[in-house]
Amino acid sequence: MIRLILIVILNALISNVVLNQFLGICSFLGVSRQIKASASLGGAVIFVITIASAVASILYNGILVPLHLEFMKMIVFILVIAALVQIVEMFLKKKSPSVYKALGIYLPLITTNCAVLGIAIDNIDKFGYNFIESVFSGFGTAIGYTIAIVLLAGIRSRVDEEAIPRPVRGAPVVMLAAALMSIAFMGFTELQPAIETVLKGVGQ
Amino acid sequence: MKNKYLERLYNGLIKENPTLVLMLGMCPTLAVSTAAINGITMGLSSLAVLVLSNFLISVMRNVIPDEVRLPAYIVIVASLVTVVKLLIKAYLPSVDAALGLYIDLIVVNCIILGRAEAYANKHTPGLSVMDGIGMGLGFTVALTLAGLVRELLGAGTVFGFTVFPQEYAVGIMIQPPGAFLVIALFIIIMNAIGIKTRQHELVNSDGCDGCCATCAMRCEEAKEEVK
Repeated sequence: MIRLILIVILNALISNVVLNQFLGICSFLGVSRQIKASASLGGAVIFVITIASAVASILYNGILVPLHLEFMKMIVFILVIAALVQIVEMFLKKKSPSVYKALGIYLPLITTNCAVLGIAIDNIDKFGYNFIESVFSGFGTAIGYTIAIVLLAGIRSRVDEEAIPRPVRGAPVVMLAAALMSIAFMGFTELQPAIETVLKGVGQ
Repeated sequence: MKNKYLERLYNGLIKENPTLVLMLGMCPTLAVSTAAINGITMGLSSLAVLVLSNFLISVMRNVIPDEVRLPAYIVIVASLVTVVKLLIKAYLPSVDAALGLYIDLIVVNCIILGRAEAYANKHTPGLSVMDGIGMGLGFTVALTLAGLVRELLGAGTVFGFTVFPQEYAVGIMIQPPGAFLVIALFIIIMNAIGIKTRQHELVNSDGCDGCCATCAMRCEEAKEEVK
């Protein structure tokens, strides 16, 4: 249990998916105009990344490894994730139209979001997590994404009202805000050695 | 006839530079620009995938049915990326260690799918290959430039050669925040000297215009449906 909580903290705060790993930058910069939209996108990302991590882990350990087809993982993952998002979309549309209305626009965006594919590959290549750990790692990553995008949206709603020199308006000021957030999140990296020691100690 | 091919190179390198003007492929630009050499290797790997995918898609443009073209492109690109990844792992292990996951993620790079959708599926293989070379070189130049600035300011070196002692370097430039700072700086400079870029779309797109050709198209449909 401690292990799973630490995996979530590690992925959400320390190696934050956007501010530290630079995955999913486009939607991070593009959708962070309003807090409400950001929170909706965050919700959709939590939903999709958690499910995608679980499905990718099952496919890899259940089908690709027994057949010795590990090198096929990229092709399999990207197609499965793309199909998965469409299924999730259809399911939500039928079963809960209100959730679909809130998340609908953002679901297709996530299909080719590098964060989804990136964490599915990282779970296997970099960390070697098992099924449960992969799910929590995906969940933690998505929480980290949501925290980052909602915070950036908060900053942007203030920045937009300020008088900014012309060349800095638009993308540069958003990137500068992201840089400052990234510096703040670097503070968490001090925790990394401690958490990794505990993770090793607690074992599988 | 020759001009048409050279025009593709000019277009990719300068007029529609994928990173600096079209603002595509931000994830790898920010992530691997920690050193100039990383920028070059990442740029060239992407160039290889882009040229081959443009060629294959252009050759098969009359065979692939229109309704399933995106999944078909994704499969083609993913296969090529797998080949490149395995080659790099076998022959250039140091590059694999430095770039790691970002080689895999070439598959979702919007420059590749974007060029397939915008150019290769409408033009002849020869032109498509030149378009791939132009765009790939444009991406490589931009990545190397960002890497050069970050490496110089952050470690005091250029391609590993010391320019000034490391004690005077600003360490944060090769940490994650430095990536945002350098790209912001590039856009500020281009705005100041009046080069038109898609920088406003980058931050005001509702995500529909940001990353990938695939999501851009599906996104418009979904917006209509929700309305």
